[in-house]
Amino acid sequence: MVLADIANLIRSKNAGPFTLTFDIMFADFASYRRVKDSGALNPAAFAKLYRCPVEKVRFFECENALAFKFSIPRPLTQGELGDGDTHGGQQFIPLMNVEIP
Amino acid sequence: MPHNGLIRFIAPVGSVGGGISADALAEALVQPTDFIACDAGTTDAGPFSLGMGVPAFPREAVKRDLSLMLRAARKANIPVIVGSAGTAGGDVHVDGVLEIVREIVAEHKLKLRTAVIYSEQDKTYLKNLLKQSRIVPLSPALPISDNVIDRSSRIVGMMGVEPLQQAIADGADFILAGRCSDSALFAAIPVMRGFPPGLAWHAGKVSECGTLVCETLGKGVISTTVSHDQITIRPYGDGLRCTPQSVAAHGLYENADPFQHRECSGTLDLTNATFEAIDDVTVRIRGTEFFAEPVYTVKLEGAESVGYQSIIIGGIRDPYVIRQLDSWLGSVRNYIDDMVARVLADKADKSSYSLVFHTYGINGVMGKLEPEVKNLPHEVGIVLEATAPTQDMAHKLAELSRQPLLHYPIKEWSGSITAFACLHNPAVIDRGPVYRFNLNHVAVPSTPLEMFRTHFIDLCASGKSWS
Repeated sequence: MVLADIANLIRSKNAGPFTLTFDIMFADFASYRRVKDSGALNPAAFAKLYRCPVEKVRFFECENALAFKFSIPRPLTQGELGDGDTHGGQQFIPLMNVEIP
Repeated sequence: MPHNGLIRFIAPVGSVGGGISADALAEALVQPTDFIACDAGTTDAGPFSLGMGVPAFPREAVKRDLSLMLRAARKANIPVIVGSAGTAGGDVHVDGVLEIVREIVAEHKLKLRTAVIYSEQDKTYLKNLLKQSRIVPLSPALPISDNVIDRSSRIVGMMGVEPLQQAIADGADFILAGRCSDSALFAAIPVMRGFPPGLAWHAGKVSECGTLVCETLGKGVISTTVSHDQITIRPYGDGLRCTPQSVAAHGLYENADPFQHRECSGTLDLTNATFEAIDDVTVRIRGTEFFAEPVYTVKLEGAESVGYQSIIIGGIRDPYVIRQLDSWLGSVRNYIDDMVARVLADKADKSSYSLVFHTYGINGVMGKLEPEVKNLPHEVGIVLEATAPTQDMAHKLAELSRQPLLHYPIKEWSGSITAFACLHNPAVIDRGPVYRFNLNHVAVPSTPLEMFRTHFIDLCASGKSWS
């Protein structure tokens, strides 16, 4: 199973012009717990997936929202020449295929 | 209108111009209500609005929502607070919205004691703060100097609750504020009436995006009630529900940190917040805390010109070109640079312009973050952005780029090729001025009010002041 099969929403968005944030959300506690217990979501795994330094990755487990969150600095500031995603909404796709054992 | 130790407000829409549901607003206003608040801006639209001094929402949409809010509030005799006017909250944005408000007042014969709070920052003032080390970088740190301040088209400070509270204390029916913390619009009155700041700020935080806090976004309004030990939040509108998960999850939206939210005067801390369902559509929140910070800070937002842009849109289908796209585009770029040096030498050196190729189908959306660059598509979309100090120059750069894009040879084919399918004729589209965000800093003012200028205007149907 991959994360997209278990989560009911995986999304990315700007958190201000300098930060990208990623939310992974679940419909029920069992699904959240399953992913949490798998350990598949962690800063090192995210850093590898997005090829950024692990010390730049912030990771949050939000149990009452049944959600995980990652935040990283934007590779380019929002709207900077070369930026291809002004709102940051299409950056989550690599997370979809994270294997959940 | 305080009643039984409660304060109740309505968030009619996530952003002025988003389209208020008039029915839901009327339904929500049947219950006693203390105020209506709504934000009208964001940086999410990008730096253009702030840099250029224009709003990102159509005037008609803004007028419709403002009119609905103001008429409903006058009928109920409660204040309306609107912040981040005109998308970016600069003086020109605020004045543009004020003009719309004047029209509404005239058309509907309203009387409106209006407090206009400007948030655009004087450059000399900022340079003085900088000299005193009272401008502090946030992460990621961007360079700051007198030069950066001078070349900004516009810099705004994001106000907290204090200027809003002052305006309410001075009798405003309507506050039209420049750049403002979204949550502050809702927290200002509850905090000034002595409700716990953790609950007051959290109530603002969960309400400021309108029905985005619901399980599924839809047409409706949000009604939020704060007491001394809890918040209750519910939507009005067909099929809308707040659930403990949807309300808790809203703390994640567009925030880097889901638990700690920095405001001018302190930090809203959701770590110990609890969310429980009261009924099918209503959620109770308890336990949120607010910790005052020792230093009062005001977030700065600035935008500066990058120049003017012209673009060409087209595509490539030839697999021989696609399999060597990076190096081919590199050669095309070198060819363009050489031509510019020959043809436009007196007008443009290489450092004065920029050429960016967005390659859709390869990494146009994710850029450097794209992991799947090895799977080549059968077709690639290309957007060439040429950016230069003048529109004329940008246009010429793009014009000079068309021929090399069309005909730059590859070794697989002999003779002349045409490798690029232009979408348009003429191929070049002028985009006008382009801006970038150039500040990620906070200012440390001496008082919460000193960076903001409040003007009272008594608006009435004749268009003139009545007092």
